[in-house]
Amino acid sequence: MRTYLTVFIAALVAMAGLVGSVVLASANHEIVIGLQCDRTGATQIVGTVLCPGFHDYIALVNSKGGVEGHKIKALEIDHEYKVPPGVEAYERHKKEGAVTMAIYGTPHIYALAAKLTEDRIPGTSPGFGSAAAADGTRYPYIFPIAATYWSQGAAAVDFAKKQLGGSLKGKKIAFIFYDNPAGREPIEVIEDLATKEGFQLKTFAVPPPGVEMGAQVLDIAQRYRADYVIAHLFGGAPGVSIKEFKRVGYPLRKVVSFVWGAAEANIEAGGGFGVAEGYYAMQFAGVGKDYPVLNEIREMYKKEGKAAPKEMDSTVFYNRGVLIAALHVEAIRNALKAKPDGKITGEDTKKGFEKISNFTLGGLVPPLKVTPTDHEGGGLVQIWQVKDGKFVKVTDWYAAYQDVVAKHIKEAAKK
Amino acid sequence: MIHRECGVLKTTYEADMALYPLPIAKYTVAAFAVLFLLIIPLTLHEYYLSIANLVWISVIGALGLNILVGYTGQVSIGHGAFMSVGAYTAANFVTRLGSPWPINLLAGGLMAALVGAIVGIPSLRIKGLYLAIATLAGQLIIEWTINHVTFISGGVQASIEVPRPRLGPYVMASQHAMYYFLLFFVVLAIVGTMNLMRSRVGRAFIAIRDQDIAAEIIGINIFRYKLLAFAISSFYAGVTGVLYTYYLGIANYEQFQIGVSIDYLAMIIIGGLGSVLGSIFGAAFVTLLPIVIRYAMEAFSGVLFSQATVHNLIPALRLTLFGALIIVFLVLEPEGLNRLWRNIRSYFRVWPFAY
Repeated sequence: MRTYLTVFIAALVAMAGLVGSVVLASANHEIVIGLQCDRTGATQIVGTVLCPGFHDYIALVNSKGGVEGHKIKALEIDHEYKVPPGVEAYERHKKEGAVTMAIYGTPHIYALAAKLTEDRIPGTSPGFGSAAAADGTRYPYIFPIAATYWSQGAAAVDFAKKQLGGSLKGKKIAFIFYDNPAGREPIEVIEDLATKEGFQLKTFAVPPPGVEMGAQVLDIAQRYRADYVIAHLFGGAPGVSIKEFKRVGYPLRKVVSFVWGAAEANIEAGGGFGVAEGYYAMQFAGVGKDYPVLNEIREMYKKEGKAAPKEMDSTVFYNRGVLIAALHVEAIRNALKAKPDGKITGEDTKKGFEKISNFTLGGLVPPLKVTPTDHEGGGLVQIWQVKDGKFVKVTDWYAAYQDVVAKHIKEAAKK
Repeated sequence: MIHRECGVLKTTYEADMALYPLPIAKYTVAAFAVLFLLIIPLTLHEYYLSIANLVWISVIGALGLNILVGYTGQVSIGHGAFMSVGAYTAANFVTRLGSPWPINLLAGGLMAALVGAIVGIPSLRIKGLYLAIATLAGQLIIEWTINHVTFISGGVQASIEVPRPRLGPYVMASQHAMYYFLLFFVVLAIVGTMNLMRSRVGRAFIAIRDQDIAAEIIGINIFRYKLLAFAISSFYAGVTGVLYTYYLGIANYEQFQIGVSIDYLAMIIIGGLGSVLGSIFGAAFVTLLPIVIRYAMEAFSGVLFSQATVHNLIPALRLTLFGALIIVFLVLEPEGLNRLWRNIRSYFRVWPFAY
């Protein structure tokens, strides 16, 4: 009894001392980006690749002397895709003086929306989160900075229209989605487009955790006989959907997936590139290894005498990590240009984000134009297809039905 | 709460019923009041207060669950859903009626109590694991309903923004204000639970836990008290949900999914079933441990590994360490942290003359 109590108390004291020492050590004069990650938890398939991409880009910037002479520090905190740790991570980042935050997760951006605005720190939600946040006047401190689900839905309908010969009149479109708020978000836009373009729309919900969708896929292929399928699934679900479509013999060249069913990892989960031949996937960052910035990162590793990290092979998520990091750095650069002394605050980086324009990083980033009213930056996507064992670019950056999306953003702002 | 004499040495009913069984208890309560009301909020950085606020929210939820599981012996895996019932009730009240927070809080709690009592009906016929599955069904049904009925969820996004609570002209938005706001309800919840367990109702709960047939024989209305336990426990859960909603400024059903129910069960099991102090310990332990582990890992791992490895290592090791520590503590003391604390206390009571 006596020994274990002594050990227990000693451990407590040690822990307390440790916490104190870390707090003291963290005072610094670097510019801090708060990075929330999910290397564990439900969506780890994304985080384990995306976050290294983020760090590598920051390391590259620092190896070149930083931004306007200031070093950048990306402080990563993993939140297991749970909300309370995400809130804690936010407060920790705020304490460390983060001037911009890369939030990860739809529930997280919802939970932190009020705080970001009150504390005047910009937070990004690239490719997820509330589509209504594209309205910079309604949500001044939230930056989707990539196509929202509404823009993705509009782009998918447009792509289907082109694939089906330029008209959707009388065609049957199936929308298969993960049954949570993020999954349902695009439906209202696609429904609007159904009336506008005169196609028949049927939605198929896949209940979480999204591993069981045999009935829905069979229904799409054999009862409803869809002319085209728009898929909006997360985590392990896209892989399952590829398998199921293959099983019922539905041609994958008639399927276009939203951005979270579009990575190498999803294709591999679905049985590999051979199985998924023909599958169309939407991207908000360039795919592949052939971008100047990626070459520079490889160079950087070579100079340090190290091999390039294996995460670079999973180009979709890795490149997204680079894109997110690059946009944050660009916002900081814009802020520092306005305030060269380096004493920037969240308000300055907010203005920095709103000045991002035609920053393409050699094609990896779409030519976004973020403005004080449009925090989405145009809602640009590319479609890539699985062909001969790799992703092949099918379209260049484009956005579709922007009037319809704008109408929904306006309606949401009134609420 | 902190000070209880070993053994039962009471000779009068008054002494037995006293809230402070020893004079020193009064001073400890006063010391704690000073610590939590003045020293902590006035000296600590906002960040630590934000952690404290997360702890406060879970303390209320854990107390509520402990009333049901620890004191009445009925298992529930539906408390995450009861919280969401409270959260959405309050959110709808505030957006549709514009009512002030005390009304929303009460409405959220009462609605959760009602739903909890309904989900608790199977407890009249089944016990243990069977009841766990029945309440799990309740969790899933409530989750689905909120997710799909837009009248409740306020749209496909299933999230309703809620304005910050106001006290007269003062808007409680900062972590400091939230700290006091939440602490007020924590104190209410603690005092409420302690007194509930001293009352006729509480003793009926305990009788049901220990042996429900015997309880029925001595005249306890099982039907009434089991449902009452579910209702009171769910009331706490509902209030937790409302407070969480006010803390974040938004009601979102993804914050109350099945994992949350499991987390709260973990809190009371680690803390100690059937004790108020145990609920507090458990809530604090489950909320703080991952944070403390992360700080420790950040301090140590940089010495041993490269930066990229550290980033991959911290989250994975944190999860395993968290699991391992829970096992260690439960092996050390199966009755939870509360019992561990009592052991420490009784050890020091006779220190240095241990036998």
